[in-house]
Amino acid sequence: MGEFKVHRVRFFEYMPSPIRAMAFNSRTDRLAVARGDGAVEIFNFADNYFQEKVIPGQDSRAVEALCWVGQRLFSAGLNGEITEYDLENLRPKYTVMAYGGPAWTLSMSTECFLCQVGCEDGTVKMFEILEERIQFQRNHDRQKGRIISLSWHPSGTHIAAGMMGMIRIFETETGSPANKEVVVWSVAFLSDHTVISGDSAGKVQVWDGFTGTLIKTHLITKWDVLALSDQSSLVAGTSEGTVTQFQFLPLIVGQQDKEWVRTRTFKNHSHDVRALAHTETAVVSGGMDTQLVVQPLLDRVEKNTQESALRKIAFPHRSLVCCAKKSGLLLFQFPEHLELWRLGESDGHGKPGDSLPVRKKPEKLIHLKRKGEDHICCSALSPCGGWLAYTTVSSVRLYRLQYNNNSISIKKLPKLPKELCSAHQLCFSSDSSKLFASSKHSSVIVVALGQSECKYLHTLKPKSGYGTTEQPVHLLFVSEDSKWLAAANTGCEIHIYNLNKLKLHCTVPVYSSCPTAIAIHPVTSNLVTVHANQQIFEYSLAQKEYTEWSRKLQKQGLHNLWLERDTPITHISFNPNNQAHIILHDMFMLCIIDQSLPLPDRKTLLYNQMTLRSVPESERLRHSHAFKICKNFQHLLCVSTLEDQALVVVERPLLDIMSQLPAPVRQKKFAT
Amino acid sequence: MAALYEGYTLCGLVPEQNLSNSGVRGIEQERDSDHVVVTDSTRSVTMYKVSDQKPLGRWTVKQGQSLTCPAVFNPKTKEYVAVSDNQVIRIWKEEDVLLDKTFKATVSSDIWRVHCAHGGDPVVLFQRGAVRLLDSLLSAPQQPIEEILAQEEAIRWSTNIVAETQQFVIFTTEQKGDTLIYLQGLNPNTLQRYRLEREEPGLSPLSFSVTYKDKHIHLLYLYPNGHVYQSVLSVRGLGTEEGLQALQVPRGLLLALPVGEGLLEAASALVLDEAHVAVVGVPHPSAGACKDFLCIWNTNFQTLQAGKEMAGKIYGQLWCYSNKLFIPHGKTLSVIPFVCPKSSLASALGKLKQAKAEESKSPASVPSWNKILHGEKAQPSRTVETRKMRTSRKSQSTLCLSADQVLDLIKTAPIEAVQKEVEGLLSRSDIQDLQPCVGQLVSILVSRSLADPSFYIPSTLAQLVHTQCLCHSACPDLVLLALEKKDYFLCQLCLQFFPDIPEAVTCACLKAFISLPDIDAEKASLEPDSISFVEALISRERAQVSFQNGYGTTTCEDRSDDPSEGGGIIKEKEKTSAPSEQICPVGLHKAVLLNEVLQTAYSETFLLPHLKDLSSQHVVLFLQYLQFLYLKYSQDDFPQMHGLRSPSLTQIMDWVCLVLDAHFTMLVMIPEAKGLLLNLHSFVKSQVRLVSELGKIEGSLQELKNMKVKKEVGQYSVEIIELF
Repeated sequence: MGEFKVHRVRFFEYMPSPIRAMAFNSRTDRLAVARGDGAVEIFNFADNYFQEKVIPGQDSRAVEALCWVGQRLFSAGLNGEITEYDLENLRPKYTVMAYGGPAWTLSMSTECFLCQVGCEDGTVKMFEILEERIQFQRNHDRQKGRIISLSWHPSGTHIAAGMMGMIRIFETETGSPANKEVVVWSVAFLSDHTVISGDSAGKVQVWDGFTGTLIKTHLITKWDVLALSDQSSLVAGTSEGTVTQFQFLPLIVGQQDKEWVRTRTFKNHSHDVRALAHTETAVVSGGMDTQLVVQPLLDRVEKNTQESALRKIAFPHRSLVCCAKKSGLLLFQFPEHLELWRLGESDGHGKPGDSLPVRKKPEKLIHLKRKGEDHICCSALSPCGGWLAYTTVSSVRLYRLQYNNNSISIKKLPKLPKELCSAHQLCFSSDSSKLFASSKHSSVIVVALGQSECKYLHTLKPKSGYGTTEQPVHLLFVSEDSKWLAAANTGCEIHIYNLNKLKLHCTVPVYSSCPTAIAIHPVTSNLVTVHANQQIFEYSLAQKEYTEWSRKLQKQGLHNLWLERDTPITHISFNPNNQAHIILHDMFMLCIIDQSLPLPDRKTLLYNQMTLRSVPESERLRHSHAFKICKNFQHLLCVSTLEDQALVVVERPLLDIMSQLPAPVRQKKFAT
Repeated sequence: MAALYEGYTLCGLVPEQNLSNSGVRGIEQERDSDHVVVTDSTRSVTMYKVSDQKPLGRWTVKQGQSLTCPAVFNPKTKEYVAVSDNQVIRIWKEEDVLLDKTFKATVSSDIWRVHCAHGGDPVVLFQRGAVRLLDSLLSAPQQPIEEILAQEEAIRWSTNIVAETQQFVIFTTEQKGDTLIYLQGLNPNTLQRYRLEREEPGLSPLSFSVTYKDKHIHLLYLYPNGHVYQSVLSVRGLGTEEGLQALQVPRGLLLALPVGEGLLEAASALVLDEAHVAVVGVPHPSAGACKDFLCIWNTNFQTLQAGKEMAGKIYGQLWCYSNKLFIPHGKTLSVIPFVCPKSSLASALGKLKQAKAEESKSPASVPSWNKILHGEKAQPSRTVETRKMRTSRKSQSTLCLSADQVLDLIKTAPIEAVQKEVEGLLSRSDIQDLQPCVGQLVSILVSRSLADPSFYIPSTLAQLVHTQCLCHSACPDLVLLALEKKDYFLCQLCLQFFPDIPEAVTCACLKAFISLPDIDAEKASLEPDSISFVEALISRERAQVSFQNGYGTTTCEDRSDDPSEGGGIIKEKEKTSAPSEQICPVGLHKAVLLNEVLQTAYSETFLLPHLKDLSSQHVVLFLQYLQFLYLKYSQDDFPQMHGLRSPSLTQIMDWVCLVLDAHFTMLVMIPEAKGLLLNLHSFVKSQVRLVSELGKIEGSLQELKNMKVKKEVGQYSVEIIELF
């Protein structure tokens, strides 16, 4: 099928931020995860754990607790504020100061629409949740130490607060004394008035909430028990990286007397487990090692299904790398800054498997620090490399880059049209004459770029009406000929705009799973979409219908191994040499789909590259099928084609990330 | 392991301003091990009860006078003796309140020290080297005192010991950098003079310590460079002419202590027992240069056994009375109890099963290195040992006291009584506590059985062996005794439970077992587990109808590989001879006993010479049995009897090789061994083949592992990939 020259890039020093808090909304099957840099991510557990939304962080915002009330998401942090998020526009909706110093914990009562915040000064503050805002109601009696953890009794009449050395239950005022200096990192208040606490002495303790007496102590670690989460069973995370499950079980089968029994221990983390969520079928944990782990509970899921597989989510499900095809430049996005690199060059040719001698090393051209407090939420580089844009929740910045031999100049465009005040996605047209920015209500703003100024042209809007959502646009793609613009939103809609006419061309039939990558073929103008459930569609823009190939693929079905992959396809590009080739990648593989070849059926070997290599050339065609999967590269962040037909592969080995994490709790291992 | 326990303070000290002197002139034992007399460097003498940390009496000389020598207690007369202002001898009793009103005598020459060894009379050593018994001196206080020492010679250290009948005063002097030792015997008076070998120039010993053992005086001394030497002086000296030139005494380096930077200044080494030395003022090897440590070193193994950091300055003073070390440090005088259990080979090699329990408890009765090596009876240090044990046991519990009574009782009591008492003792208490007693019990029982042929209690001995507190070095004669008494059950137990049976004894057992008539063997009652194992082996042999060749697969391969070897013939031969090989050549009980021998630990080099003693008949029989076992083991349907103690295939193979090694030339010449040798040859061949196949597998696995190693990928590379 062919050889490819690959620029294998490992200098993107992407460093995910540790997970600090988590909240699972069982009604919508969404998990909200807060990271150390203040970013909040929403994962859709119903849609293959796809990372639907990312709300970028802010310098001062350190989220310590997250909470769902219905569809609304609240957070409290060490800046002392309570924040509600606007999940449609991916930004904080408003913040309310708690006036109690850093807020450590947040707990919502769904029964009576109250939220309580535990503060540094020892107060528990109660807020009423109103339609559009929250309003301070009153303070509880002030305690001596900071309030580290809170848990409502499901009835909403009582709340348990964990602090330094003690747990206090408010309203009943029965305190449970604990003499030792321990930090009660988390408490859980169960419906039978049992309070369960996890503390810095490594114990999970079960208390009687009425009398304040200790019922049972489980010593589960030598270090801190940092997080607790309860459902019908209870899980506790420790600073050793283990998660321990407790279940309320009768001690003797068939008897009524039940007790909290330690049942399972998982070790999926190398560092502290800071946040836990318990879904119906799984334990979700995250912590210092930045990975989100979904550990299915095998007694609640069917065995050997996709649901029963352990999942680790290490990389974001969106692109942090932008590649300028024509100029061989790479733009890396960090929360705090952007880096612009020029790829190196190599000499000559080589056999497959060879590394070519590098004539020119890659070069870091620009290190651009962002302005303001808000973190960068997306960025784009024009294909010619002449324009660079990034956006935060509060502003959009556009820069003109000029290269003169060895020097490079960067100039910020001073005046941007006022319509361009914030964006979720940015995209340049292939001739670098236009900038597209997705804005609120799924609209897309079109801006024309001149030599040193820019001009607002138009706002593209989907037809508003029955059945349309106002979800944020998370994917934008402009066709090579700049005729078409495709915009996908987290409501699973994909709108196609005709850029010549500046109006909506059509809406692709809504598929139940969220698109994770979209692209328009440069020659055939077919839209290729890949969804969170790994399905692939090809939609003809001219005919406004799925293509023959797409129908065939749907009819025959994708190979099981393809469907079982657990990371989404995050990027699609096309081979300029062969228009039948679609290049896709996920975290662990690079795949070229050759549309001219037969599709693999269920019995075919999907990963057949090794086999093909070993058979003589004459027989290869007989064995080959459409999916050419290459696993040479791992932990991929981006795969893109360059104009000279080379591929750029950006890897970020997980080991490199691990090596930059702070040292975990030291454990004595045998013979060390 | 020796251990230092938590110490306690006996009294506070008033050291000199510049901390050059601890303020303690000396500490002497009083009437018993719990009382000491402490003389301070100025004017007073205090008597303490150590365990109560309480002074019982205090005597002070008048202002202006000073005590110049530590007070000693004379247990015979219950008097204290001290010297004030170098020339005034003071003697008083406990009930005397004022020292001024007690007996005084002024002598004509300066006194260095008054010594009073346990069991001896008080002796006065004058500064110029003369020695007088106190009694004779007091009879004529102003008698002229001769000068023994040369002009620039001065006494550095002195002590007094009682060796059997004679009392000795030992003192060391220094003269122009030479260190001389004087050994002054009293009644009859003898004087020996020795010179110590010179250490590096300018270095003279910091401390001396003396022990008496086997008519020899062992002098241990520490140099500032950390070297601890031992010199042995004979009590019966060579010459007794006075003034003769000092012989150089040979020395042996016992320990080279780490000194860190510089030399030691205030340090001292004290002999605790044959193998242990207490050292103060020497840095702990793993604690940097700080010298404020008290350590116990084992001189046999050159190992540090225990160490303790002492707060405050160490003055290099150290006394030891009955398992307690007295050490002045900073502004206190501390008492630190210690134990130095005897080290045995077994415990040193970590083979002793209950070594752990032993460490923390009182010393075990496992005899020491030296005794095993030199075959001495456990007599010389007997008194010391029992005293040590008693004191440590006193603090433990009352139960051990009764164990003592049992120990006494079994020396003389009739068999039934002994049986009853031992049984009672074993049933009464936790075995762990009994550890030391069991060793002693057995050694007493064994020596009594050896001495008195009519005295032998197999059941009790078996019971004691069953406690698993014993090892062979604790009772070296037990196995041979059992063999002599034809107590095969006990033999089996010993082979099973003793980790350290010497190869000679193993061989003796083997010889006894193999020559044992089967009829006799069947009479012995043996351990049921091991019997059931052999029974299973033999019963399978009988039940088997169809012949199955255990090593058939490998020999088949053999044949296909090399048909010229005449594999067909071998096969036929096997077929015909197989039935006889499949029958156990020895009886059931004999097989059980042989299995025990197969399972003992041994070292080839030591075993081989003893194996040569076996007669040809026995060798063939033994080999036949081994062959039988091997065949049984290599059968495909050989049952895995995990629960049962059984020799492993490698053990069997090793013994086959060993026996062949020892007797090969002889076996080659015996016609009846020919078939056997051929068979064994094929076994060994198949084993070799197996090992070589395993080697091949290992090689290919290693290759696989090497293949997995990925090449390093840098930050950036340009690669060519090909997709098919």
